[in-house]
Amino acid sequence: MSTRNVIIIGSGPAGLTAALYTARANLQPLLIEGLEAGGQLMMTTLVENWPGRKDGVMGPDLMMEMREQALKFGAEIVQNYVTSVDLCTTPFVVKTADHEYTAKTVIIATGASARLLGLPSERTLMGHGVSTCATCDGFFFRGHEIAVVGGGDSAMEEAMYLTRFASKVTLVHRRETLRASKIMQDKARANPKIVWRLNTELDEIIDHGKGEVTAMKLRDAKTGVVEEVPVSGVFVAIGHTPNTSLFKGQLELDANGYIITHDGSKTRVPGVFACGDVQDHIYRQAITAAGSGCMAALDAEHYLDGIPEHLQS
Amino acid sequence: MAADNVQTFTDGNFETTVLKAGGPVLVDFWAEWCGPCKRLGPTIDSLASDYAGKVTIGKLNVDDNPGTAMKFQIRGIPAVLLFKDGQVVESVIGLAPKEDFKKVIDKHL
Repeated sequence: MSTRNVIIIGSGPAGLTAALYTARANLQPLLIEGLEAGGQLMMTTLVENWPGRKDGVMGPDLMMEMREQALKFGAEIVQNYVTSVDLCTTPFVVKTADHEYTAKTVIIATGASARLLGLPSERTLMGHGVSTCATCDGFFFRGHEIAVVGGGDSAMEEAMYLTRFASKVTLVHRRETLRASKIMQDKARANPKIVWRLNTELDEIIDHGKGEVTAMKLRDAKTGVVEEVPVSGVFVAIGHTPNTSLFKGQLELDANGYIITHDGSKTRVPGVFACGDVQDHIYRQAITAAGSGCMAALDAEHYLDGIPEHLQS
Repeated sequence: MAADNVQTFTDGNFETTVLKAGGPVLVDFWAEWCGPCKRLGPTIDSLASDYAGKVTIGKLNVDDNPGTAMKFQIRGIPAVLLFKDGQVVESVIGLAPKEDFKKVIDKHL
């Protein structure tokens, strides 16, 4: 297989926008979707802040449309995930379980994944009452009492969404103040089904030997008093961690694992570009991710234009 | 077409087509409103053609068939369960790559 002009890793708004732009620039990009194909928007419902869609658009629909748009202009999309990369050689090497690809440029758009609390019970009970996706799993908690952990916009959104199904949603946040925007806080506070447990840590998720969530152990951060509260579901919405384990030791990462970019989308390695949430812990919006995907595509295009003739295929 | 090999399981046919089936049966619990389930769809379709004649593979819509989902304590989707002799022998919760499903199925062939 010949060396590609561009390999894009990731299929959220950043990756698909990079694919759209590089495809339209006639660079025949190859995009490797990754495990969480479509990215975080696949877990959402109505997105009301995508410009031009005044009535909102369903997150999964928006991602399907972006994918089709990239395909329409000739991007090649592979439904697989990358197992390793070598960014120290020329051309760069990108491997999946069954293929090895080489490319002159790599655009990293691997995004960020839901962070977990790190409790042992959390992993064993995942899918059995513990969830990071309210839109996927809320349905199974009709009439149940459940909890949402977190204090940001996504925690507010999940809590409000889950009140459609649950009889009561306890919002557990370890601090006194919420990180969520005022509009989201106000909406959530106006919801009579949401019960607030601020200044409270979730110490453990309990199944009482039943193999599914039956209760949670809450600890008051001020008094230290521990209390067992019966719930049948715990939705974890405490933010995200960047998907950068593939690049450790090869690219410059910040203390939280995000790829450090400079002058647009450039990384420490010439020819390797990063866009979207994998390099942005501040804005983290669909529109900013798409914007940075466009930047990465243009940066890759300029880089390829500058490659001496004898290195081009 | 790959989808031709994919069965549709329901509360009504689950007993006969899954629990009393001769060989292993892979069941994908899904719903229209679940984004990750939609992304898993093509993986299930391609498994169904790869294992045609060896493993029965199909989908169960949890919206239309709440009884079966409840019976098997499904609390999160996508959830893929492998049945053999009427028992759940493997389960994969959430999105997973095709290779993971292959490994799980191959153990029971």
